[in-house]
Amino acid sequence: MLSPGILFFIIFSYIPMYGVLLAFKDFRIMDGIMASPWVGLEHFQRAFSDPYFLQVLENTILISVYRLVWGFPVPILFALLLNEIFHQKFKKLVQTVSYLPFFLSWVILGGMFINILSLNGPINIFISILGFEPRIFLAIPEYFRSILVITEIWRGFGWGAVIYLAAISSINEEMYESAYLDGANRFQRAFYITIPTISPIIVIMLILSCSSILSAGFDQVFNLYNPMVMNVADIIDTYVYRKGLLDMDYSYATAVGVFKSVVALILIIGVNMTARKLGGKDYVLW
Amino acid sequence: MIVLKKSISEKVFDILNYFFVFCILLITIYPFWNQVVISLSGGFSSYSMGMLLWPAIISTEAYELVLSYSLLWTGFRNSIIRTILGTLLSLIFTSLTAYPLSKNKLPLNSFFTKMILFTMLFNGGLIPNFLLIKNLGMLNTVWSLVLPGMIGAFNVLIMRNFFKSIPASLEESAMIDGAGYFKIFFSIILPLSAPVIATVTLWLVVGHWNAWFDGLIFITDRNGILLQTVLQRIIIENNTSDIQEILANIHSSERIGFTGRQLQAAILVVATIPMIIVYPFVQKYFVKGIMIGAIKG
Repeated sequence: MLSPGILFFIIFSYIPMYGVLLAFKDFRIMDGIMASPWVGLEHFQRAFSDPYFLQVLENTILISVYRLVWGFPVPILFALLLNEIFHQKFKKLVQTVSYLPFFLSWVILGGMFINILSLNGPINIFISILGFEPRIFLAIPEYFRSILVITEIWRGFGWGAVIYLAAISSINEEMYESAYLDGANRFQRAFYITIPTISPIIVIMLILSCSSILSAGFDQVFNLYNPMVMNVADIIDTYVYRKGLLDMDYSYATAVGVFKSVVALILIIGVNMTARKLGGKDYVLW
Repeated sequence: MIVLKKSISEKVFDILNYFFVFCILLITIYPFWNQVVISLSGGFSSYSMGMLLWPAIISTEAYELVLSYSLLWTGFRNSIIRTILGTLLSLIFTSLTAYPLSKNKLPLNSFFTKMILFTMLFNGGLIPNFLLIKNLGMLNTVWSLVLPGMIGAFNVLIMRNFFKSIPASLEESAMIDGAGYFKIFFSIILPLSAPVIATVTLWLVVGHWNAWFDGLIFITDRNGILLQTVLQRIIIENNTSDIQEILANIHSSERIGFTGRQLQAAILVVATIPMIIVYPFVQKYFVKGIMIGAIKG
């Protein structure tokens, strides 16, 4: 019963893992992976001595950090505000609508934002009413990362709030009642009951999101970037895609990919150890 | 429960909060609404101020053109095939893998579990995966879309945990009656696992429906194109020959002022509608799934 599953993982997970040997070889299509000559760390040296790759690495980290710094608190705030809404139907409506973007692909969302931010889009119409010059926002390097961060927040805040709302709903109602009887007002109740109760989850979510620092949102960047903003927008994943599948530079692209996978592996192990120390065994991944 | 009385500052907060949350609601809806408005705008009106909230001249022309575009239907067909086939295969093989792993007496259980878990932490990356599919001769077939992600380690864990929670006494009595493992699995375990199967199914369906990157790199044949790739060509790449192909269906007199913009918006709306209809029913299972996932694997 187990054999098809194990066979599957060997073929589709472990053979590609073996394929990372490409990163240490000079791949020739005729020879295959096995017979291609070894070149050691040459591809890694090439990457790290290439200023463009270093730029890509910087973009990736910057975009991730911006996403984390600006994006992380939003679902928490949204959950706290939604928790103060007592009209259940309205609350349910807002929640359901806020999930919608999460269920759509970045192809659809990307197309939508390209339209909205285009020269004839509503934002430009609005600012030209105010008397400003219309501009193609997605082609301006200074704006591009902000657009990534804002659109990602727009997509994810509703869904991101799910876990916090669940944590809030598990708080015992009697705690609020006794706080009320002791004279605590609503802000005090939120501040001294709600926030401390959900703070372990906040810490865990924060640590977990640190492990994906080298994944700056391939789907999003791929569907929004364009040659005008390449210098600020190109991230590791888009770079690997273009180098590997468009330029057919298989070995080099694999090397860059391996670098990313290894860093991610180290980060996730580190994160797990941190979570174990802080949160106890309830929050560790394994 | 006691009724909490509100002070004036709390009432002010309430009003502000409702207003703020209402604004959030509008911000979420507006981009979609904007596409609907553009898609319904006839001729030049998509450039006028009125398009911000309501089309100046309502015209369904863009939809007529888009719906008569054959590549869109090819995309819909292929995406539906891939979603159904991919989801079925995934369900069958994920549950078949998870069931034996839920039995502690399985030899090498922890080895196999670790082997599967490790795939969550490390993977070969884009190029080795691409070369594998290429070498297996799967390019331009539906197998390149459904096989590589068929069994997800996370789904195996969720199912395994659910199977573990089913009382062993049920299986034991079936075994005394002479039922084998496969019989027990299909006639006892699966029917009892409806909640977890529903959750994983919806997960898979949404994942397959929205997947676009595999379709982009593995499928180059026009007949195998996915809906997401059609969208990508027309909306993201703004592919002129595709747009001209759609526009070729109207008379030149009506064509004045009619641009690719309405078409792009219309195709976007058409592609979004299935998910808008489905997701309100799907989302509660997703929420459940998050909760299952949050419990340690």
